[in-house]
Amino acid sequence: MTQPSLVMFGVFLGITLVVTYWASGQSQTSRGFYTAHRRIGGIQNGWAIAGDYMSAASFLGITGLVAFYGFDGFMYSVGWLVAYLTVLFLVAEPMRNTGKYTVGDVISFRLHGRGVRAIAALSTLVITIFYMIAQMVGSGALVTLLLPQFGSVAAIVFVGVAMLVYVLFGGMLATTWVQIIKAGLLLVTAFLLSALVMAKFGFSMGHFLGAAAAVNVDGATRNLLQPGLLYKGPNGALDLISLGLALVLGTAGLPHILMRFYTVPSAKAARTSVAWAMVLIGLFYITTLFMGLGAATLVGQEHIGKRIYSGGAISYINQHPQQSQQLNGELTRNGFIVPERNSNLTAPLLAQSLGGPLLTAFVVAVAFATILAVVAGLTIAASTAFAHDVWWNLVRNAKGTESENLYVARISALAVGALAILLSIALRGQNVAFLVGLAFAVAASANVPAIVLALTWRRFSRSGAIAGMLGGLISSIALIAVSPVTMGAHAIFPLENPGLVSIPIGFIGAIAGTLLAPDRGAQEMFDQLQVRAHTGIGAEV
Amino acid sequence: MQQHRHITAGEWDTLAARPEFLKLVRARRRFVVPATIVFVAYYFALPLLVGFDPSLMSRPVLGPLTLAFCFALSQFAMAWILLALYLWRARSFDVEAALVAKHEREELRK
Repeated sequence: MTQPSLVMFGVFLGITLVVTYWASGQSQTSRGFYTAHRRIGGIQNGWAIAGDYMSAASFLGITGLVAFYGFDGFMYSVGWLVAYLTVLFLVAEPMRNTGKYTVGDVISFRLHGRGVRAIAALSTLVITIFYMIAQMVGSGALVTLLLPQFGSVAAIVFVGVAMLVYVLFGGMLATTWVQIIKAGLLLVTAFLLSALVMAKFGFSMGHFLGAAAAVNVDGATRNLLQPGLLYKGPNGALDLISLGLALVLGTAGLPHILMRFYTVPSAKAARTSVAWAMVLIGLFYITTLFMGLGAATLVGQEHIGKRIYSGGAISYINQHPQQSQQLNGELTRNGFIVPERNSNLTAPLLAQSLGGPLLTAFVVAVAFATILAVVAGLTIAASTAFAHDVWWNLVRNAKGTESENLYVARISALAVGALAILLSIALRGQNVAFLVGLAFAVAASANVPAIVLALTWRRFSRSGAIAGMLGGLISSIALIAVSPVTMGAHAIFPLENPGLVSIPIGFIGAIAGTLLAPDRGAQEMFDQLQVRAHTGIGAEV
Repeated sequence: MQQHRHITAGEWDTLAARPEFLKLVRARRRFVVPATIVFVAYYFALPLLVGFDPSLMSRPVLGPLTLAFCFALSQFAMAWILLALYLWRARSFDVEAALVAKHEREELRK
């Protein structure tokens, strides 16, 4: 399995490096570096958004969750697609028309002041770095489990360095094409696996669903089509609603997704890109059902678990006895953490049972390419927030030179990449799955109230934006820190996802701050903002 | 790189008062507000029903397919239908937006 996998991944790497070389000539200005000169087509950007969004958490994580928990795992797929309606209706087009490079641009368009921009940049950096660590530690775990001779440090450093090559030399243009190539590969893989699963059932939906309704787990029959396998107990309903809230609102606050709207020439193209992304992402999430339920019926849950222990994971578990105990013991109790870790190999194992070593190698290579591409997208979002919001606007008061700007953007990409590599190495082997949940919760609680109110509420003020963003940011991080995800059975806060509490805190903070400290200047600029947002007059070109 | 002419605060106010702009804002609001309410209500009905009435949602309705699963799959249809409706309505938004932009180009730049 090792060698074909490396060869296929090498082909992906080779192609993307050629793209990077081609793109490097067009990334020599900050506008080219951050936005690919706003010349990406709407359809291409739709593929790139899909590539940015279908992370390892989607491909490996959801497939595993569906294999183990059926319906409850599929709830992630539903939430992550419906989330794009928020983006489509409220954010994409106004964002393209009123901003330049970052989320901070939109929020501080009429809410001038250093505080607003500083906190917007802070929340972008928090979201992207958390998200990035989760992806990179995931790549380390994937490699440890599949190719134990390499080890997780080597994998993390490799992902970090390769991604930095894309970003530093090819900027947004190379990053965009890496996403497009990867999205195509991932969709092909997902459809291929789904078709192979259905072939095993003679392409009979009835047989397939019948098998999924009666899966044998430890001698007992489990119906994966029934809800409540993961979210049960006294807080099951609230957990499900809190998760749903964070999933549906969080997407509209993810900086690496929002930043993609600056790469297209117009609001109309931004709309086209959301439309394409929604079709591609929706199709992909439907395949998580076939892959997940297929793995549960054809590979078997016990088998998925066992393979992990008998393969490369032995060395991993020997090094981390604490987690192996978790893997064995708390399989069903603590929904989010353990099964994700445990079931992450569902997709590769399904491939093994369907198509042998070559297909497995392909799936592993695609999974690795997915991680690499998503990390590159996150890095460019983080470095833009630092270079444009913090350095250019706050430190230099928008008076730096063009060459200095680009230089700072590259240095900050390097710094963000190095920081992510170091943090991921330090946290390798730790449970970091919660970091993706945290990233979504922070995005939904800190960014979304500020973005939506900045675009729609005339009276919204500077103090409102600061109170909303800080309230959402602090409450979501604090609640996760005392939730069952980090404290297990001794949790102070009962829900795994803080959204149900932290999102209202973000909105209430924003409204309260506005009412306590109105901002006349911001109100006067609201008409201008509306004209710009809805007509595109004066938009960045 | 194309540079924009500076538009003064007064000119922005003029544009914001244009009848075609007011029509555009109203038309957008008339679509976006109800559509948002519909999708939020439809989406949250799923976790609410599953969370608070699991026995109803566990009932098989299409062969072995449970009510919960059918509802979950219908969310995909709902999202794509609202997307198609928005794309269809947005064509008229573009017409109004172009009229406002034309006014800016032809009247205000003189």
